[in-house]
Amino acid sequence: MAGKAATPLLDRGGREASDEVPRPPRSVGLGGQIGKIVALSVTVALAVWAAFPLVQQRQWLGLGIEIAVVAVICYVYLSPRRVPTKYLLPGTLLLIAFQVVPVLYTVGTAVTNFGDGHRGSKAEAVVAIQTSSVTRVAGSTEYALSVATRGTAGTGPLVFLLVDPAGAAFVGDADGLRPLSGATVNGGRVTAAEGYSLLNIGQAAARGPEVTEFTVPTDRGAIRAQGISAAYEGQAGRLYDADCDCVRETATGAVWRADDDEGVFVNDVGERLAQGWKVNVGFANFTRIVTDGAVAGPFAGILVWNLAFAAGSALGTFALGLLCALALHSPKLRGRRIYQILLILPYAMPSFAMLLIWRDIFNTDFGLLNRMLDLDVDWFGGTWSARIAVILVQLWLGYPYMFLVATGALQAIPKEVGEAARIDGAGAWQQFRRVTLPLLLVALSPLLISSFAFNFNNFTAIYLTTEGAPFPADNPGAGGTDLLITYMFRLAFDAQGAQYGFAAAISVVIFAIVAVISAVAFRRTRAQEEVYS
Amino acid sequence: MSWVKQVGWRHLVGITAVLFSLFPIVFVVSAALNPLGTLSSSELLPTGFTLRNFVDLFAEHAFVNWYGNSLLIAGLASAAAIFISMLAAYAFSRMRFRGRRVGLLSLLMIQMFPQFLAVVTIYLMFTTITDLWPAVGFNTAWGLILLYLGGALGVNTWLMKGFFDTVPKELDESATMDGASHAQAFFRIILPLVTPIIAVTGLLVFIATINEFLLANVFLTDTEAKTLSVGLYGLLGGESRNTNFGIFCAGSLLTAIPTVLVFQFLQRYIVSGLTAGSVKG
Repeated sequence: MAGKAATPLLDRGGREASDEVPRPPRSVGLGGQIGKIVALSVTVALAVWAAFPLVQQRQWLGLGIEIAVVAVICYVYLSPRRVPTKYLLPGTLLLIAFQVVPVLYTVGTAVTNFGDGHRGSKAEAVVAIQTSSVTRVAGSTEYALSVATRGTAGTGPLVFLLVDPAGAAFVGDADGLRPLSGATVNGGRVTAAEGYSLLNIGQAAARGPEVTEFTVPTDRGAIRAQGISAAYEGQAGRLYDADCDCVRETATGAVWRADDDEGVFVNDVGERLAQGWKVNVGFANFTRIVTDGAVAGPFAGILVWNLAFAAGSALGTFALGLLCALALHSPKLRGRRIYQILLILPYAMPSFAMLLIWRDIFNTDFGLLNRMLDLDVDWFGGTWSARIAVILVQLWLGYPYMFLVATGALQAIPKEVGEAARIDGAGAWQQFRRVTLPLLLVALSPLLISSFAFNFNNFTAIYLTTEGAPFPADNPGAGGTDLLITYMFRLAFDAQGAQYGFAAAISVVIFAIVAVISAVAFRRTRAQEEVYS
Repeated sequence: MSWVKQVGWRHLVGITAVLFSLFPIVFVVSAALNPLGTLSSSELLPTGFTLRNFVDLFAEHAFVNWYGNSLLIAGLASAAAIFISMLAAYAFSRMRFRGRRVGLLSLLMIQMFPQFLAVVTIYLMFTTITDLWPAVGFNTAWGLILLYLGGALGVNTWLMKGFFDTVPKELDESATMDGASHAQAFFRIILPLVTPIIAVTGLLVFIATINEFLLANVFLTDTEAKTLSVGLYGLLGGESRNTNFGIFCAGSLLTAIPTVLVFQFLQRYIVSGLTAGSVKG
């Protein structure tokens, strides 16, 4: 190390121990020190940069978390103790931010009815109901409109800059209407405003549909655009009445009462308004998996196929890879190297692209397979042909990796073991079955388990090939090759209305299944004790 | 007869496996060189030769951007992921501290919860992030790299820890006795001895990242910001599935190049690293 500047102040680690044995003074590398100072300075600089938007948008909670994180980082790396934490902190912070928090939030979502029509709070639902019922009535206030944004003209969030008949300027967005200061009003309309960039006619016209949809909620209703240069304040046809906790339609007197258990407004005959709010529904989503016939029926079937798919893919690739590894594991074999290189080529090809290419090989009308064999088979149309096809594709994608691993494991088994077995009179098969395979399994079972866990949730394998097809006529939501995760995805992002809460509940069930199977499998292997040693 | 029993069957298995491995790849090459460029006119073996599909790929699509994005994201994400999990593996392998066992187990558990299941949450989270810090929000490489790094500790740490355990403890202990700090013992003593597993993990992460489709598809919607997987997937969308097939295959072949290069570069470590890392012993 270049610098031997071992200042006692910066001496780190093992102070207690140095009482017993006299040791040479710790040389704290100068390079290491500089590196640490630079890294911490960069962290602090980034934190300051990140703090500005938080302050600007008054995100005090976010700011608090940020300060706490930076404080922890500085404490850990400046203190001479907590050595393991120094090594674990970067990964752990990222893990918490981008895996643990989303997972916990998903689990939290599982006990709500979060989804289309149940996105926000009750107050937001009321605003949505009122603004969507706005109609123009005689005597509505007219405004001169300038469409503007705080961001870039093409994509930034829109705001309306309005001038009322009395000449006062306002700014309106989804939060409501506020007086606008620092605006230049020219010819009865806003022509410039501090902090906003105005869209010219072409830009505003290009975002026409957005402008038409845009509403600024007000006490009596909402402000909507008419064209791109005028706006009016319409009256809400439906108004929320806090006294009866209901929504009343002014013209007809019809009433929808709030149901706080389900998060909807519902009338006497059970009709619901489209806009509801997010409420806690307890374990309703979980019981629905078991009790709702339309869900429970396919769920059991999908689970069985999902287990078969995961086990088939993991064991199939392993068996095929092992067979090839055994066949090529012989010094007498000529051209072994060539075989190896050609064999593992699928591993080098981009898997997402190869999934799509396999999909098109199986295509009914243009596919290579049908044309080569002069057939007209709808491969993804029959449940079993589709299932065999997706497993075949998984075999092709996965076996080169297993081949590589098995080759390595075979090379690691000492030759003497095989020789000893032969001297004891074991045949080739016996030697493989009783000696080689058990040794291989000890080394490779963790890999088999993680391959199973991976394939259990192998979304792309299905989504990029069959997309879950074939779908039975009576239940177009659950297809023959659907895995639980693709089934969940369809529920979560269905065109008929997303059901995030329910999808999250299924996610939790999937997680529980995989975790239990893997835990049992790990317990059965000896890997665990070795790993914890 | 004994030749068949000794070596012949090995050739048979080898040839069958090679045919199985190569058949779709030959088809991709043939389709990429196919002058008509459609799926319906592509045969297993090339029927013509043209580079038009490659030229179209560069001329009509933002392929260069996609390629650059993919290399940037996969390169940086795998380098950072290796560094992060290397540090964690060292701590788990060499230090004894409270929560070590729990930490190892929770790493195993958390990665069994597929990150993709949380995609709705991730979307909502990054909507806020894009609003606050556009520089690391949607349609940026940095945001996606951060998101990928959330999973860095998962399987890699286990793989590396298994290999680290095989390096005799006496080596770093004696270095510590001679006055090396824990960081010096790691970077100067252990690290040079574990290059095989670093290489293998690097390869695995690189391949996984350059192939990642789901999160990238949610994350990158601007044409210029897309990665190869998202961009190429878009080529086959809707009506163009048949007509763009040749271009798609050309793109897929070019996508394989970085992987093959990384593979070649790290080749000598691969076999030893893969097995030794799976479990110690």
